[in-house]
Amino acid sequence: MTTAWQPSPSLPPPASTVGAVGWARSNLFSTWLSSVFTVVLSLVTVYFLWQILDWGIFSADLAGKDQSACDGDGACWVFVKDRFNFFIYGFYPDAEQWRVNVMFFLLAALIFPQFFENAPYKKALGWIFLTVYPVVSGVLLLGGAFGLEFVDTDKWGGLMLTLVLSYVGIVAALPIGILLALGRRSEMPVIRTICVAFIELWRGVPLISVLFMASVMLPLFLPEGTNFNKLLRALIGITMFQSAYMAEVVRGGLQAIPRGQYEAAAALGLGYWRSMWLVILPQALKLVIPGIVNTFIALFKDTTLVLIIGLFEVLGGVQSAIIDPAWQNVAAEGFFFAAFVYWIFCFGMSRYSQALERKLDTGHHR
Amino acid sequence: MNEAAASQDNGSDGIIRMIDVNKWFGEFHVLKNINLNVGAGERIVICGPSGSGKSTVIRCINRLEEHQRGRIIVDGVELTNDLKHIEQIRREVGMCFQHFNLFPHLTVLDNLCLAPQYVRKAPRAEAEETAMMYLERVKIPEQADKFPGQLSGGQQQRVAIARSLCMNPKIMLFDEPTSALDPEMIKEVLDTMIELAETGMTMLVVTHEMGFAKTVANRVIFMDGGEVIEVNEPNEFFDNPQHDRTQLFLSQILAH
Repeated sequence: MTTAWQPSPSLPPPASTVGAVGWARSNLFSTWLSSVFTVVLSLVTVYFLWQILDWGIFSADLAGKDQSACDGDGACWVFVKDRFNFFIYGFYPDAEQWRVNVMFFLLAALIFPQFFENAPYKKALGWIFLTVYPVVSGVLLLGGAFGLEFVDTDKWGGLMLTLVLSYVGIVAALPIGILLALGRRSEMPVIRTICVAFIELWRGVPLISVLFMASVMLPLFLPEGTNFNKLLRALIGITMFQSAYMAEVVRGGLQAIPRGQYEAAAALGLGYWRSMWLVILPQALKLVIPGIVNTFIALFKDTTLVLIIGLFEVLGGVQSAIIDPAWQNVAAEGFFFAAFVYWIFCFGMSRYSQALERKLDTGHHR
Repeated sequence: MNEAAASQDNGSDGIIRMIDVNKWFGEFHVLKNINLNVGAGERIVICGPSGSGKSTVIRCINRLEEHQRGRIIVDGVELTNDLKHIEQIRREVGMCFQHFNLFPHLTVLDNLCLAPQYVRKAPRAEAEETAMMYLERVKIPEQADKFPGQLSGGQQQRVAIARSLCMNPKIMLFDEPTSALDPEMIKEVLDTMIELAETGMTMLVVTHEMGFAKTVANRVIFMDGGEVIEVNEPNEFFDNPQHDRTQLFLSQILAH
């Protein structure tokens, strides 16, 4: 004779440990010291928040055309408004700026669906973003074809230049970085040596000196009279530099994949490239999404260094505008604006990577 | 039975033939003069203490490990450095691992369809049909759309068996398929393997499941120190081991 086993019922947790009250009690007011810190830090936060809001919004000046409009204690946004066109388009001719706007619009239209899980044609739009978009944008911005007036890259600047540099850097550095990472782990000594040398060389020099050399030294080695576009040189420098970093991030992911995955793929008859493309890289890249996005964000902000070779992206534009004698004491406003622009884009990349990580989580935690 | 086993051993038309195979890991001589002839449809269990080289033997058959001396001929194709030969053999030889090694980023169905689609170039619909057939056979068709991480160990190993079978192999290698499983899941995997044996599949199984060896194996091979110490049909092997080392091993694993 056996007894039937009845599982004991699960009870709800005590009320004081769940909900907002429970959370506040355990996190903010658990001891008297913790309570003091909570109160003091709250007051300090409120004070500074008020100061910033007062400066930036309540006492700020937005109406007007020039310095005389700014007489209050607050921020002089008139300056940013007045030079806004320069911060976005650089020296791009006014009449042709619609071309830049089309580029911005396409960028937003192609990226926006990527933030949503069930957006229609998401995959197709992603591929268009990587293949068709750079060609269309290149023709659009540069002109000289299809009846578009030619606009030399010397005139490019502001946010538009930032986006061009970052886009090319990001889209080119990832695949080159992946190939370098695979090469560094290759069993073929020649390929491995080349990849290690490439990575260590580019990673060992500061980006600023890469850009400087690309701008100043490279022309010395090229034949007399060769005109090698300055922007193109900066793009190549940034891409090489970032792909070396990317390679090491990807290598970290490759090393985290257990040997069994390589063996299972081989045992099924998959060759090297198919194993990598279908089995190893999808897992390795997923693992290092935070590192990859970290590199992308660093790259986005590093584009500010092109100032050294006389290209004016957003921050460069702001810096040159604040020394304009027509405006005094507007440095804070200018830098605040530049910081805000960079933050918007970097935060967007960060959010996208988090959404991607959640989407790719298949419940397999190593 | 003994004679039958012996005659298979001498046949020159074995589906797997290993002739004086030697292998070193650096300085360590891990396989010493391995000679093995496996007939088509034969089921062989390889056992021995850890470090005896038993896993290495079967891993040499699909070239996950490279042998340095001797010859290995699988289904008429000799294993050399020729990548074509290696790929050809890997298409004919399926393998199950101790840790399953399913691809965690793919669903169960995609795990099964991957190799048929990309190696055999089967159309997706056909690959899916085959995959579902084998999932039925290992009795978990309802898990097709889940990810490996959502399955139990026993289910994962059955998926791994189905994944290998989708390539329609002539030979199946099992490298300690139940060693990483909880006790209550070992049976479901062994049942699947017994059913596979009944279909006439050529199987080489590295395992310590002596019950399985008794039920399924035509021959049991005992290895130690990189050498084949004893080969016999299961009843003789367990009841009347010829070698001291075999006796000691059996007394150790069957003591409890």
